Amino acid sequence: MLTTEITQEWMDKFYHKIEENKDYLSELDTPIGDGDHGNNMMRGMEGVKQGLAKLQKPDLKTILKNIAMSLISKVGGASGPLYGTAFLEMAKKCGETQDINALINAALDGIKKRGGATEGDKTMVDVWSPVAQTNEITQKVIDDAIASTKDMLARKGRASYLGERSIGHLDPGAVSSGYLFTALLETEASL
Amino acid sequence: MKKLGIILVSHVPDIARGIPQLLTQVAPNVSITNAGGTNENDIGTSMEKILAAIEENKASELLAFYDIGSSKMNLELATEMTDKQVHLYDAAFVEGAYTAASLIEADVTLSEIEKQLASLKIK
Repeated sequence: MLTTEITQEWMDKFYHKIEENKDYLSELDTPIGDGDHGNNMMRGMEGVKQGLAKLQKPDLKTILKNIAMSLISKVGGASGPLYGTAFLEMAKKCGETQDINALINAALDGIKKRGGATEGDKTMVDVWSPVAQTNEITQKVIDDAIASTKDMLARKGRASYLGERSIGHLDPGAVSSGYLFTALLETEASL
Repeated sequence: MKKLGIILVSHVPDIARGIPQLLTQVAPNVSITNAGGTNENDIGTSMEKILAAIEENKASELLAFYDIGSSKMNLELATEMTDKQVHLYDAAFVEGAYTAASLIEADVTLSEIEKQLASLKIK
């Protein structure tokens, strides 16, 4: 069950993962994108951190919405509206259920609608979808999902302009989504 | 001022500012606003800037044109946050906007404009 406490700890852990892997994410983005995914996500997570610090005794919906708006306004690249939409959909859904799987599914639907991508297009959807479908999120589920993007041909996003040249590279958005879910796993284990 | 306005969204501030110069030549009575770059004026798009460009436009019904990547998604987010009616076109950015501006200036109806824009669809 997603609580305010879990969400705050989750974002704190995600922040640190982005900080540690910022250069790696930009490096992944260089051959098939515009080389700024790491910096974009770092700027977004700085915004999330600052936004959350200003809230006083917020409820879950307020926290999720605040995360969404920070990501939308700070990231700059396509990941901003996509991650932002994911958290916005979770914010809309959390009044009805706090079940993590249900919230991830709502977020996934939002990402697909916003970006127009589906499974196999070599995007973050290829990590969100297996995670949404599994009964229990494990590191293996996350790692396998990230790895699966390597041999895919990009059909959405900046990498799609490269056509077959996109094959053989991991998708940066899939990798950063992997960090998001690893951070969630670690949060659940620590509380 | 015409009833229909135009909004232009680009990753690059100079591109967003430059296209209106071309459009106003044929459409001096069309309200044209733009949003280019991130909040820091880096390469990218900003939902907040797009929303501001929508609100600043003198028309209440807008035709929106954009370049690549995040611009469409941020445009969609902005359209969900405004009361104005905003139509998005997957048309060639410069040619689509130029076509729309010329036709709005000539008082052509929206459905007729959309027919012409359909042939410029590239996205």
